Amino acid sequence: MGSIPTTVKHCLSYEQLFEDYPWLRRWLQEEKIITEHEYPKFVKIVEVGPRDGLQNEKEIVPTGVKIQLIDMLSATGLSVVEATSFVSSKWVPQMADHTQVLQGIQRAPLTQYPVLTPNMQGFQDAVAAGATEVAVFGSASETFSRQNINCSIDESMLRFQEVINAAKERQIPVRGYVSCALGCPHEGRIEPSKVAEVAKRLYEMGCYEISLGDTIGVGTPGSMFKMLQMVKKDVPIDALAVHCHDTYGQALPNILTALQMGVSVVDSAVAGLGGCPYAPGSTGNVSTEDVLYMLHGMGIQTNVDLNKVIEAGDFICNALGRRTNSKVGQAKSGTL
Amino acid sequence: MAAAMRLVNKKIFTPGMGQHYLAFTTAAQVYSAGIKASQALPETVKIVEVGPRDGLQNEKVVVPTEAKINLINMLSESGLTVIEATSFVSPKWVPQMGDQVEVMKGIKKKPGVSYPVLTPNLRGFQAAVKAGASEVAIFGAASELFSKKNINCSVEESLQRFDEVMKAAKEAAVPVRGYVSCVVGCPYEGKVAPEKVAHVAKRLYSMGCYEISLGDTIGVGTPGSMTEMLEAVSREVPVSALAVHCHDTYGQALANILVALQMGISVVDSSVAGLGGCPYAQGASGNVATEDVVYMLHGLGIKTGVDLLKLMDAGSFICRALNRKTNSKVAQAACKL
Repeated sequence: MGSIPTTVKHCLSYEQLFEDYPWLRRWLQEEKIITEHEYPKFVKIVEVGPRDGLQNEKEIVPTGVKIQLIDMLSATGLSVVEATSFVSSKWVPQMADHTQVLQGIQRAPLTQYPVLTPNMQGFQDAVAAGATEVAVFGSASETFSRQNINCSIDESMLRFQEVINAAKERQIPVRGYVSCALGCPHEGRIEPSKVAEVAKRLYEMGCYEISLGDTIGVGTPGSMFKMLQMVKKDVPIDALAVHCHDTYGQALPNILTALQMGVSVVDSAVAGLGGCPYAPGSTGNVSTEDVLYMLHGMGIQTNVDLNKVIEAGDFICNALGRRTNSKVGQAKSGTL
Repeated sequence: MAAAMRLVNKKIFTPGMGQHYLAFTTAAQVYSAGIKASQALPETVKIVEVGPRDGLQNEKVVVPTEAKINLINMLSESGLTVIEATSFVSPKWVPQMGDQVEVMKGIKKKPGVSYPVLTPNLRGFQAAVKAGASEVAIFGAASELFSKKNINCSVEESLQRFDEVMKAAKEAAVPVRGYVSCVVGCPYEGKVAPEKVAHVAKRLYSMGCYEISLGDTIGVGTPGSMTEMLEAVSREVPVSALAVHCHDTYGQALANILVALQMGISVVDSSVAGLGGCPYAQGASGNVATEDVVYMLHGLGIKTGVDLLKLMDAGSFICRALNRKTNSKVAQAACKL
């Protein structure tokens, strides 16, 4: 009769295989039940407004205002509030009052107040001022590293190793940042493997968490997915965080993608403080309010009170004389 | 043979391992359990550009007819295949759309591009056809209170009004697109039941609408409520006939669009430069910006046929005409580079 054996048919067409064994689809997850994403039940928000946000605002904010902002944020339930940066005030005048800020805030018992410490000098000053958690900033782009902190990635890693070693002795946890994770203003596209390499180095040096930053906000769910796929081969997913910028409006879908891939730590800034130094007039950090709105709408817990964050946002925007960058903030203030 | 298959299956085909062990096939592309984030996305997405109608309708400044025509012509050149041109409502209610006939007659219709117009009733439909319209749209609401406050009748009554339009459209062989507003939330009723949305969508679809656009009218939806609603609706209306019309009032639009794509939806409404505010939250934004949607889709490797640069030109043009800043983040960022 010349009929083709079943196995050959199956070899030639997996469609035929599925016709003959309909249960296979389910097993092979070809017909994925897309709606059954496993999202984390809880997401930790790392509030970077007082540091990353204010650092990128033109207006210099008085110390008292910074302290009040941080105190208001502490009262919202946030468990991490990045307080300030121990960089030279010559480079970042906004952070010149780092010691007074760290000593002036009222620390909530369950909240951490990490500070940036780019080198040993900064680390020692931070410890003297009472810091109990620090952060170091690496870059996935050589050019960005050289332009931003005047040294290569390798040289910066040596600097950070010093800081991490000193921190280990004092049992001070260190968070690592990788900037330009999805694109660089100088180099353009950044290879996911490079991001993975830098993230792995920071993790192996002793950082407890690695925050992957889309510094110029050019990432999309496509590039976020590819980058995370690579990085999570080298760093456990629960040690990863995403730090998305909303410069091209992509922050929330990028965060959503990260959540779908198992990331459960998200950096954001109250009121979307901080512009983008590479696209003047554009936004930078994603707004904490907008992130919370999305997470709560998905049934994901954060332990953060959205209304209190909006209040803190209103406060700092008044002090800065500017409108909030948060869409939730804008909508709530306008709702009839 | 079957026995051998069973043996192999037991050992090899365990959930989550399928991607490595499809021994009997050559061409299977199986996605592993880990890659939930980017699978089964449509290869192409049709953008329905609603700026000239939904966008301008919600802008305070009344734009001269010439500027509207110029905008639509520029949008036609950007690769968009559907551009909602105007609305045949009474200019008493919507002064911005008072020049509906001139706009319809004045635009340069590009071959392959559709220019649907809103027709809230039979009179509007007749005027639209007379002015050269070859596709129309009707609007239902998933919220009773919204329907009463917006068009002064219940949802059921509004659907009966549209019956007339549907009949006339069928006779004239004019395709009709159906909109459902308040699909996740209503400014008056609050949360809207997904079953109600499914019911209205199903009615419109069975009345003859070729596509149903589900509108998050006040932008309160999140990937959570969006998924819930789309699950309910896609049980009643085939996913290929569904579109999402997300508002960015709470910044959720792109995230909502992403989950819709992951559920198989491949038609997205948006508005150039994010034209159109929200009448229920003063000063807040409304429609999601086409530029931002296209940026995301292209970043996902999804084809749209749209030339982002030409689209941004159209956006700059209309913002100058309206004397306002663009609502598109892509436009804000890109023009500085």
